[in-house]
Amino acid sequence: MSPTTRMKAVGVETIGMTMRFGAFTALDDVSVKVPAGSFHALLGENGAGKSTLVKCMMGFYHPTSGDIIIDDREVTIASPRDASALGLGMVYQHFTLVPSLTGAENLVISREKVPGVIDWRKERAALAQFMERMPFKLPLDVKVAELAAGEKQKLEIVKQLYLGRSFLVLDEPTSVLTPGEAQEVLGLVRAMTRAGDLTVLMISHKFHEVTAFADDVSVLRKGRLTGTGRVTDLDHRQMAAMMIGDQPIAALDSRAEPKPDAEIVLKVKALKAPDRTGLKSIRVEDLGVRSGEIVGIAGISGNGQKEFLEVLAGQRPRDAGEVMVRGTAYAATRAEARALNVRLIPEEPLKNACAPKMTVAENISFRTFDIDGNGKPVSWISTGTIRTFSARLVEQFKVKTASLSSPIASLSGGNVQRAVLARELTGEVDLLIVSNPCFGLDFSAVAEIRARIMKARNAGAAVLLMSEDLDELLELSDRIFVMSDGALVYETPIAQASVQTIGEHMAGHH
Amino acid sequence: MDATGIGLWGVPLAILGGAIRVSTPFIFVSLGEAITERSGRINLGLEGTLVFGAMSAYAVAVMTGSPWLGLIAAAFAGLCFGLFHGWICKFPKVNDIAIGIALMLFGSGLAFFFGKPFIQPSAPDLPAIPLGAWSDIPQVQAALDVNMLFLIGAALAVFLWWAFRNTRAGLILRVVGDSSDAARAMGLNPNTVRLAATGVGGALAGIGGAYLSLYYPGSWTEGISSGQGLMAVALVIFARWNPLGCFAAALLFGGAGALGPALQSVGVTQGYYLFYAAPYILTLVIMIATSSPSRSLAGAPGELSITK
Repeated sequence: MSPTTRMKAVGVETIGMTMRFGAFTALDDVSVKVPAGSFHALLGENGAGKSTLVKCMMGFYHPTSGDIIIDDREVTIASPRDASALGLGMVYQHFTLVPSLTGAENLVISREKVPGVIDWRKERAALAQFMERMPFKLPLDVKVAELAAGEKQKLEIVKQLYLGRSFLVLDEPTSVLTPGEAQEVLGLVRAMTRAGDLTVLMISHKFHEVTAFADDVSVLRKGRLTGTGRVTDLDHRQMAAMMIGDQPIAALDSRAEPKPDAEIVLKVKALKAPDRTGLKSIRVEDLGVRSGEIVGIAGISGNGQKEFLEVLAGQRPRDAGEVMVRGTAYAATRAEARALNVRLIPEEPLKNACAPKMTVAENISFRTFDIDGNGKPVSWISTGTIRTFSARLVEQFKVKTASLSSPIASLSGGNVQRAVLARELTGEVDLLIVSNPCFGLDFSAVAEIRARIMKARNAGAAVLLMSEDLDELLELSDRIFVMSDGALVYETPIAQASVQTIGEHMAGHH
Repeated sequence: MDATGIGLWGVPLAILGGAIRVSTPFIFVSLGEAITERSGRINLGLEGTLVFGAMSAYAVAVMTGSPWLGLIAAAFAGLCFGLFHGWICKFPKVNDIAIGIALMLFGSGLAFFFGKPFIQPSAPDLPAIPLGAWSDIPQVQAALDVNMLFLIGAALAVFLWWAFRNTRAGLILRVVGDSSDAARAMGLNPNTVRLAATGVGGALAGIGGAYLSLYYPGSWTEGISSGQGLMAVALVIFARWNPLGCFAAALLFGGAGALGPALQSVGVTQGYYLFYAAPYILTLVIMIATSSPSRSLAGAPGELSITK
């Protein structure tokens, strides 16, 4: 491999790709053609078979049947090593860079042949020369852990190009980026495909990205190819129909009229708390959430939203300031949460809101197992009551579980979230604090969960919603704040919200 | 020892000499542990490896008459212990800390079993370089009588510090220690790298043990180690997995260990036993001072089971 030679894009085609795991067919006769120098989008819900298809192409799986053709030649890809030798590379959704190494170290060590003793002067010169030809500008002498998400994503792509790969699979490349960063990264990649240096297959959920950047699109549903064609010939509605078929999607409750003079349920004043590194702190000067409104907090991950949520949830001590719920100081004790009807849906619910090895029934009863119908503490816990209570909620919230006594960790992500919603949204809710509720969930689960949150709002709950998904915030919120570098830097009512301005504040350009 | 000739100057001098003498096993064990932990695994069994290394070095030196052969035997025994640890830990759901504790007891027990016949005979010592020969004060001479292993350890620390950044092996070790996923994506097998790292770590701990039995204190007894192998683990964390830091921390611990005997030698007769506890107290103080309830350790390898 020589990083200085000019690369030439390759085209890849799969023919009749089928992959079975036992009795389960993950891919059923899928043929997709990605010509050299094109930008191809692969759409589909979670579990539709996108990653199975890609893993077959990259040599992680051996397809049950089907062929791969690269530049009109049939090839056998038995291992990831074969794939990289043919110039196929993949950029994963989660970063594969080593956090404690610098960018330069990451690039050099990922090469096939690394000399026993590395001559950094020579390597640096070669890297500088290579980077000159790259549209991406990156600091290579900084530890990867200190780079912003957008820079990491660029470095992942640069790494693949440095390794001489000219066919890249991008797995939801923009899920951790700001709209501005996403535009920039995809725009640069697009330019490289136009120049014939690169072929791209992008896995995505976001229709607007597909429309803006891709040439062609293929859609998978339940392991089958349900549609393919030029992006210019398809609109979002057609793509959505191919993706989700005819299953019903929970409709969002129409938004009840906001009452500008409704009671302020949550009031945060001059809050200060250390962030996770302990070196910086987060500061929330003044935030109020009224009954019957959803206040969204946008921001790139790592800008203090997580810490803010942890303070509100009582998981993180605060240095100064006060949190008031209905005029009462709130320190997130169980008694206070119960008295003030505060409910919490943290991100990664399995980790943050469940005891993974305890049963579904027990997890659903965490808020209520130790009180009787009148709110009095009980001295003897009744498993019967727990079962009937959770059976009702499982039914009501459509949690798909093998049984009430399965460990909650055995449920799929969407069903864990449904179980947590069932627990948190049952009974009176005055304040609901939510963080990234739909991260990693499929289309129908997302629609349903958003509908539940909207319903809680319309019923008069004050909702504080933190999300890294701007589309979600724009869909649900009445007001949006932007959190950047530990502080709320921008506020806009939803009617005047612009993605452009919000994105700029997220990136800290103001 | 008669220290009245130079009065209280004897205390810092004895601490310096003690630091050099006592620190050597710390240096080797902690460098070995640093290599192992940088690969993402903890080997608590180094205490057992140290004791077994001390025994095998002494036994081979007695039988062959060569301390260097003893040293090699100790390194080999340590290598075997390290490889054994690495091999067991590659199986799923095996906890490296539990295996380490088991190996610690196993190593010590095995050493006592095989070492019984070697308590009486005396073995030749590893040679020392009299760097204090320019002085005619016996205390200076005694303090600067530096063993070869100390110098090798110092050179090794510098080499490792350099190698972690500038060699392929060093970078691979850091990759594996920081992210198994990234390592697999590069086509590396984390288990193989960790096996090698644990093996090398064990060999270095064995050399540390050889120093104990062949130079200072210089005889084989069952109480030869006073927890150096365990303290070295704490020391690696204190040194933030940096080999140069390990060297400095080993000197500090060695100096603290020499405090008790030094005070005794200048005639302090009351309470010097308290100062024998200095290294242990230092371990505790350092661990408390450098830990924080809300923040994980900076520089800790991401795959280490205690930091996950």
